[in-house]
Amino acid sequence: MTALSAQWFDRERRRLSLDQAAVGDKIYGVLTGFCALIIPALVVAIGVAIFAAAWPALSKVGFSIVTSSDWDVAAGKFGAAPAVFGTLVSSAVALIIATPLAVGVAIFLSEFSPTWLRQPVGFLVDLLAAIPSVVYGLWGIFVLIPLLRDPVMPFLRDTLHLGATPFFTGPAYGPSMLAAGLILAIMALPYISAVSREVLLAVPRSQREAALALGATRWEMIRDAVVPYARSGIIGGIMLGLGRALGETMAVTMVIGNRLEISSSLFAPGYTMASLIANEFSEATNDLHLSALMAVGAVLFVLTLIVNAIARWLVWSVSRGRAK
Amino acid sequence: MKTIRSRHLVSGGMIALTYLAAFMAILPLILILIHLVAKGASSLSISFFTNMPRPVGEAGGGMANAIVGTLMLIGIACLIGLPVGIGAGLYLAEKRTTPLAYAARFLSDVLNGLPSIVIGIFAWELLVKHRGFSALAGGVALGAMMIPLVTRTTEEMLLTVPNSLREAALALGYAKWRTSIAIVLRTSLAGIATGALVAIARIAGETAPLLFTAFGNTFWSTSLRQAIAALPLQIYVYSISAYEEWHRLAWAGALVLITLVLVISIAARFVTRSRFGAAVD
Repeated sequence: MTALSAQWFDRERRRLSLDQAAVGDKIYGVLTGFCALIIPALVVAIGVAIFAAAWPALSKVGFSIVTSSDWDVAAGKFGAAPAVFGTLVSSAVALIIATPLAVGVAIFLSEFSPTWLRQPVGFLVDLLAAIPSVVYGLWGIFVLIPLLRDPVMPFLRDTLHLGATPFFTGPAYGPSMLAAGLILAIMALPYISAVSREVLLAVPRSQREAALALGATRWEMIRDAVVPYARSGIIGGIMLGLGRALGETMAVTMVIGNRLEISSSLFAPGYTMASLIANEFSEATNDLHLSALMAVGAVLFVLTLIVNAIARWLVWSVSRGRAK
Repeated sequence: MKTIRSRHLVSGGMIALTYLAAFMAILPLILILIHLVAKGASSLSISFFTNMPRPVGEAGGGMANAIVGTLMLIGIACLIGLPVGIGAGLYLAEKRTTPLAYAARFLSDVLNGLPSIVIGIFAWELLVKHRGFSALAGGVALGAMMIPLVTRTTEEMLLTVPNSLREAALALGYAKWRTSIAIVLRTSLAGIATGALVAIARIAGETAPLLFTAFGNTFWSTSLRQAIAALPLQIYVYSISAYEEWHRLAWAGALVLITLVLVISIAARFVTRSRFGAAVD
């Protein structure tokens, strides 16, 4: 046995002299380093390319690209405030709906679920993230919107008398901020719940046992001992979902109604930055128009960059805490 | 002072609410799948897979070119995304603390979170602006989206390889690079394959980055330098059209697309079953 491995060792050493190994290591190091370098280079290139393309419009209209509501291509006026408003409001609606559900699912999966349900439910929730955005949009157009138009919107407005608030007024067309918010809620949910489940599972067992030993009920244990421990990770998950919702394009474009107006009512159609780009980019009439759309893209780029950076930082801070 | 009974009632109620949340979360998935099968299956036929799109009013149109286009786009994306992603993953797993590793790790998460439409306008600026729409540009946009996904799963998988395995190979006289490729990479191949499949499933249904790159095409084309049809693009165009016949084709296309994505996703799960199981158990 020893003779055999010594023999093999010798043969192997002859085959690969130390010099050769050093050269191989160098090539290997350069190659993998180059691959790793592509990632920062790509992010920088995306930023530079978009800002460079956006510059002609940005230098002309300046900050009014996000503050003005006057989008008139023929007159060279590019105020995308309604699209910024629509992006923020549809994402906010999505988070208001998705957060309690997603955190609820995460608590269910990490604490209360019977063992046999854990795998299938977790798998199905993860699958929500695998459905292509265009399929959500298709479903939104032909199933969700008719459903909103007929029983849901009139029910909210008249039966529940929510029409008295400024948020649920006006005719129920169907394509609306509400439809976009609902679709985005479904799409953001798996991201929030996946991160939340992970950080909840990272909470030490002793934390739970201590709470139970002090006489807490199972819910009090979650509320007072588990969730506070995982809080920043859960917030990170919500930010991650927010990042998804802000940049989502196809599904929103298909259900939001695509109208550049600011309305307080969720029943009114709206627009988002991403759908503005999607709809007008390939039909851009002149260079300035194209540049203005690039500028909208630049705003979206910066916004999602900030939201994602905060999200990662929060999630990392929790997982670092776990390692200690 | 709350009685113990009321506290237990509240506890039971809240636990019931988490059950409800779980139900509410999977309800849309079930509804979407039911509608897809109900509306899509009746429009699926052999001609859907073999015929080209036809003008409005002409029956028997299909999406043969879009299916081939999507497969081609996935192929190009893999040629870019897999080598770069796996290479970067190897770097991140081995040189854990260099400044480049921190930057690449953080920025791959950032890149992963960038809206796909932003990647689309970047690819347009880079490849379409002067040369026109092309399959290549679409593939590059999708490939760029794959890189961060593949990088992070590769890194994660490589880190699960026990150090003793590396040390054993090095002690036997293996060069570092050979240890990495023949021992470490090989051991975690199943995990990396899972990551690759998850990334493919994610980009297969992407539409936004293709709008201004691959653009779509109603003719048969397999050229890299021409606009090319893609299943998600075709579904988008048909579903916002005003024609009943095209709506039916959109549902059929969506059923085909979701089947493709789900098969890849489920395959990914079965390649390394323990990976996901470990997270819950």
